[in-house]
This record gives sequence, structure tokens and C-alpha cells, in this order.
Amino acid sequence: MTPVLQVKNLQVSYYTDAGRARALDGVNLTLEAGEKLGLVGESGSGKSTMALAMMRMIKPPGRIEGGQVIVDGTDLINVSEDDMLKARLSKIAYIPQGAMNSLNPVIRIGAQMMDAIKAHQDQSTSEWISTAEMEKRCKQALESVDLNSTVFKMYAHELSGGMKQRVCIAISILLRPNVIIADEPTSALDVVTQRQVMETIDRVQEQIGAAVILIGHDMGLMAQFVDKVAVMYAGRLMELSTVREMFTDPKHPYAQALINSLPNLENKGVFNGIPGMAPALLQLPGGCAFHPRCVKAMEICTTLRPEPVTLSTGQILECHLYSENA
Amino acid sequence: MSDLLELKNITKIYSRGLLSRVSTTALNNVSLKLESEQPTIMTVAGESGSGKTTLAMLLLGFVTPTSGQILYKGKDIQSLRGEERMMFRREVQAVFQDPFAVFNPFYTVDHLLTVPIKRFRLAKSKSEARDIMYDSLSAVGLRPGDVLGRFPHQLSGGQRQRINVARALVLRPKLLVADEPVSMVDASLRANILDTLRGLQKDYGVSIIYITHDLTTAYHIANSIIVLYRGNVMEAGSVDGVIKEPQHPYTRLLIDSIPWPDINRKWGETAIKVRESDISDHGLGCRFASRCPNVMDKCKQSPPLFRLSDHQAASCFLYDQKPSIEPEKLSELLPV
Repeated sequence: MTPVLQVKNLQVSYYTDAGRARALDGVNLTLEAGEKLGLVGESGSGKSTMALAMMRMIKPPGRIEGGQVIVDGTDLINVSEDDMLKARLSKIAYIPQGAMNSLNPVIRIGAQMMDAIKAHQDQSTSEWISTAEMEKRCKQALESVDLNSTVFKMYAHELSGGMKQRVCIAISILLRPNVIIADEPTSALDVVTQRQVMETIDRVQEQIGAAVILIGHDMGLMAQFVDKVAVMYAGRLMELSTVREMFTDPKHPYAQALINSLPNLENKGVFNGIPGMAPALLQLPGGCAFHPRCVKAMEICTTLRPEPVTLSTGQILECHLYSENA
Repeated sequence: MSDLLELKNITKIYSRGLLSRVSTTALNNVSLKLESEQPTIMTVAGESGSGKTTLAMLLLGFVTPTSGQILYKGKDIQSLRGEERMMFRREVQAVFQDPFAVFNPFYTVDHLLTVPIKRFRLAKSKSEARDIMYDSLSAVGLRPGDVLGRFPHQLSGGQRQRINVARALVLRPKLLVADEPVSMVDASLRANILDTLRGLQKDYGVSIIYITHDLTTAYHIANSIIVLYRGNVMEAGSVDGVIKEPQHPYTRLLIDSIPWPDINRKWGETAIKVRESDISDHGLGCRFASRCPNVMDKCKQSPPLFRLSDHQAASCFLYDQKPSIEPEKLSELLPV
């Protein structure tokens, strides 16, 4: 099976007065159709930059400096701006973080949805979609995310937070993309609504067979939703494992600390925070960026940056503890 | 034993203008009590719209209750004047949700911490003021050298939130109202802040009202819990009882919807009946009736609290064979 998404050596930097911040420093990822990947990390680890880079929505002073994002055989980094416009939504779709703020308050929901289809109309081909047909498709999309088709005629302020988030999901699946990126889709919602929204994403992604990248820092949500987890730290991918391996046998010291810091019902009152702070991207420590906080740091970690290693179990790690296992 | 804080049958109704008949009951007949001898951590849990932030605002004296009384050390907080009012302002402190929004970007951390020391005349000299600052910063696990002299934008979210706690601690409070203190902080830093809060209760004898929608963190730091839904107490008791064996259908739904970081524990066995948006707020009965899987005819009336065990009570007719208790007596069930 050919993978539906391949990210190769993706690099993004932000140029500020204080210098160049490498927000993404050579990230590699592969996703099969229908696969669900969780991207976790502290704030500033580069997970949202990753989503924006894949959508080619990085704004100055940020810049994509290299690498490839191959979706369905096309490298999105190298296509023209017009082709990229077409690729958004039809190949790769994005569900933004604050659904409350991403819908236009003065345009009806239906009109915003139809805009999405119209923008992808190609007059040269025979596949011209009539307005009635568009409306039908939009209403179907709304129904598939459990919204009443009357939402089509409503404004954003008439909907609750969970409903707005579901409208965003409906827009993202309109053109049946190969990849859906959801950036903390539920961080502003209550637990019950969060469950409804996640169940909706789960169902629609199965229907259209898209791969999903879920970005967030809620490990609980990851445990319940994704197949694979990628842990990011300071713009690098520290560990990529299946969800079971990640929660039962994490390999990277950072992933271990992350899993250890989670509260659960057994160890009541035990808090294991990760000591130290997330590094500032402008002054990254030399060698492995995690070494100042790492309990297993060795001599080599302070000088040499570890390269990604694939273990026999399929886990991908960037850590000197596993370097010789290559 | 004297009571530090007592809420007596508090009801808060927000009405929309003079002529409008539409009003929202944010809190309906809530009573609770905190004793001054034994500091405790009490969680108030609920979704948005449950009235939990209204409760915080009432406790801090920012809004006045529509009916009922809030007593601090036996005196109604609305009638406090002069010296007593200063005392209340000093001893009841708050930590809010957003560590990014509460700081004035023009002032350094020093300024933030010295203002309360000056205002309440807590120190006789500059060196004494510095000692107080250093003590409270180290109590929350920050090295004074790391943060003093810095501006808010130079600090991480976790540091800011701990400075908020330190600021409250400078005043040697008796009660800390923490409204979602960790919801905007990274998961790896949450543990540190919660640990700090628990240290305050243990080592400094501060009672904490921890307001949250996150039942996992509540379970880890609190002694007792009150679950609110649309302004009404649904279930209350010890955290172990309520979170491990929830009895009220709403608490069950809430706990079942928590994504536990445990791959062997499946998410969401109970179906969600009705969507939030389909619920009307009117009528007299149980607020949860329209979403409840166990709804009965009786639920058109408002259920009283039923005592389920020594440390647990639920407001649900499923338990009407159990003895009912008055809302004022609820705090007797809560462990400290």
C-alpha cells in the first residue's frame, strides 16, 4: 500500500529580530489511508507549525525552508500557489483550533460551505456542479456530522461551540480530502461535547477513508482516539510509536516522563511533573535539545544531536540510548 | 468549631433587563461550609453554564446573591466595612484561569508582588518585604533569581500561573479560590501546579476551592467534590466515592466522557441522548431530565438530595428510597 501522506525532512524557521528560530527541524512522517496519528508536545514544540506547514499556511516571518509534503503523489511544497489553493480542502483539510473564531459571523453557514465548493470549481472540465447540487452536498455533509440541515440557513452566533466545531468538520470533509489535520479541535469544549465531536470525526473519517492527524496535548484523548502517537520536542520528532506501545512501553526519556506525568485512577495524589522548562527556540541547547531535562542524559547528548533510528518493533526514536540498535 | 466560610441557600438569577421575563438561574439553592480548623480542598465541578464561575464570583464578593447569605467567619460579606473588609480582601484570594491575560505587561514580577505587601502593610522594611517575596516564590517552586525583575512575556505559562499562586500566598490567605487554574497550562506542567496547590493546603493551612471541569485533576488533589449542572447540585461527597462510583446519571455521563490516558479503558460506554443545544432551560423538574437515560415521570418535579452513604449524596429520584437531606446539611457529608 502506498502511503497517502509523506512528510520528508520538513524545515520551518521564523526570522525574528533576535535571530532565527527553527520551529521545525527536519521532521519525517508517513501515514496510510484511514490511519489516525496523534501529534503531541508542549506549547512551542512545533506541532501547530507542522500543521500550518503541511497546509502551506506559514506566514512571514516564518518560512518553509526545505522538505517535502507529498499527498496522493503530489509534493505540495513545490506546486504553484493556484494549485495549492485547489489542493486545500480537496487533498488536505484543516480543522482549526478555535472553531468559535474561524466562521464568518455575518455570512450564513450554508453560504460559507458553498464558497468552499465554488472555489474548487473548474470551468474547463465537464464536472460543473449546479447550485442546487451544491446545496444538497452541503446539507448531506451537515447531516453526516449530526447537525440538522436547518443549520445551513443559520449564522455562527446561533450555534453552540460544539455545533460550530462540527460545522468546521463538515466543511473539511466536503471535498473528501485524503488527509484531515485537526489542531486541538476540542480544547475549548466540555468533556461531553468533546466526546461527541471526537466520535463525529472518527465516523466521518471512516466514511471517506481519510487519514487524520490529531494535534493536541491531551494524552487521554490520544489514548482513546489515535492509532499512532508522535511526540515532538523543540521542532524534532522524539518518538513515533503505536498508541499501545506509547502508553505501555514508551522508549524515549521525554515520552516516558510525559506518560508518567499523567494522572490516573490508581496513583492518587502522585504528581510527576517534568522538571525544567521547554527550551526557547532561539537558544536551543546543543546536542539533543532535551538533554538539560533528561534523567538519562549522557556525555554524548550534550554535543551530538541524535539521528532518527527505527527499532525492530517499528518505533522511530531520536535518542542516543538507542543509537546502536540501528 | 467556627466556620471559615458558609454559603446559606445561595441563589443567583441573572435577568436580562427590566422588561424581559427571560432570566437565567445560575445557581439554585446551594449551601456549603468550610471549617477554619481543618484546611481542605473542595472541588466544584461542572460543564460550562453549570454556575461554577458564578460561585467563584459570589465567594470573592464580586457579585451579590439574589437570595441567601455568604458568611465569612460568621459575618455576611456584603456588610463588611473598613477593617473587616480589608481582612476579607486579604484572607480570601483568587487564582484565575488564564495566566496570559491577568498580568499587566508593563510591570515586572517584583511590582506584582510588592503592591500587595505595601497595600496591606505586611512588611516594616524593604528587606522584610523581600524576604516575604522570596518565601512565597520558593513555596511555589520558583527560584526567585529566575523570575524577579522579569516581565510577564519573558515567562512561560506555568511560571506565570505559579507567580499568581505566589502573589496570593504573600498575603497569607485562609481561603484560595482557584478557577480552572490548570486548564490553559501544558499537561506536563499541570502536575507541578497541582502539587503546589496541595502543598499550600498541607503546609500553609490554606483551604482551597478548586473550580474545574476536569475531574481527573479534581480526583488527585481534592478531598470532597460538588458536581453542578445548570446551577443545581447533582451529586456531592468524597472524591473517591463520587468519581469511582458515581450514582447520579449526570455524573456517570460526565465521568464516562473523560478520555482517560489508559488504552485499556474504553471511552464512552453510555450513549449521549440529547445534544446540549436541544435542551430548553424552563420547567420545574430535574434540570438533567431531558438528557437523562433513566428519566421517569417523577422527574417533572425537582428532586431533593438523597443521602446515599456517609459521604455521598445525589439529587435524583432513582434513590428516593434513601433518606432525603436538607441542602443546608450537605456539607456535613463532605469529608475534610
